[in-house]
Amino acid sequence: MKLQKNTLLALYSVLEFAAQPARQLSVADIAARLRVTPHHLAKVLRTLGRAGLVDSERGARGGYRFVANARRVTLMDVIALFEDIGAPAPRARRARRPGEAALEAVLAEIDQTARATFGSVTLDTMLKLIARHERG
Amino acid sequence: MVKLKRRGNAAGAPAPLRVRRATAADLAQVIAIDARATGLAKPGYWAGILRRYGRGARSRFLVAEADGRIVGYIVGEVRDWEFGSPPCGWVFGIGVPAETRESGVATRLLEALTAAFRRQGVAMVRTLIARDNRLVLSFFRSQGMTAAPVIPLEKEIG
Repeated sequence: MKLQKNTLLALYSVLEFAAQPARQLSVADIAARLRVTPHHLAKVLRTLGRAGLVDSERGARGGYRFVANARRVTLMDVIALFEDIGAPAPRARRARRPGEAALEAVLAEIDQTARATFGSVTLDTMLKLIARHERG
Repeated sequence: MVKLKRRGNAAGAPAPLRVRRATAADLAQVIAIDARATGLAKPGYWAGILRRYGRGARSRFLVAEADGRIVGYIVGEVRDWEFGSPPCGWVFGIGVPAETRESGVATRLLEALTAAFRRQGVAMVRTLIARDNRLVLSFFRSQGMTAAPVIPLEKEIG
């Protein structure tokens, strides 16, 4: 399973915000932690903002703050803002190869499991997992 | 309706929650909780669950009680070499009414069940959840459970 770069960036950043919901974090600070340019991160954060996951405040002390419910928002909710994992591939105009339909059925099983997994892990659960991994 | 965080004693403390083994007197409320979640009342099934899991040392049918009402249930058993697995505890069912969720009832029930499993000498707990049951999947994930090294398979034979 490989997620697109912006999807991963969104997941990492939303977890940074959800870990400190009371704090406003600047784009520059989060970008430095995630080793991306503030410009690149800002585009991702705008998408998270439109989805109601973070809220922005302008000005000298401006930045973004987590405004959603970490116990309700799942990884799938964030991923779905950026890509459609498990979407059926566009139907090729060519004739199907032998075995293609059967292989697609197997790949669909994998996609369904991936969607169920991402859909069952909330941000709150991820923060617990992160804490556990950091404790070693 | 039992709102554990809002009701309770005069000082506003949450209603005390007691987790204990289910009895025949609890069945009607358990059946109602299950029926609200699944849309189907199964009195015969639950009577069988009480017979099979209500008393044994290695099995548990537990209920959570607050303010004299049943606000959740859990069913599980230690099984040896099920699906080739060394002895481990299996959770077969859990239910909490919608209005009581997010007040720690399911967590308390799972803790009580896993404590009973530990006393039976097992160090692993497993369950099986429908892939589209995000609510229950999310709950078990929040309790630290991860994907088991097994893949459930099925085939239509009818």
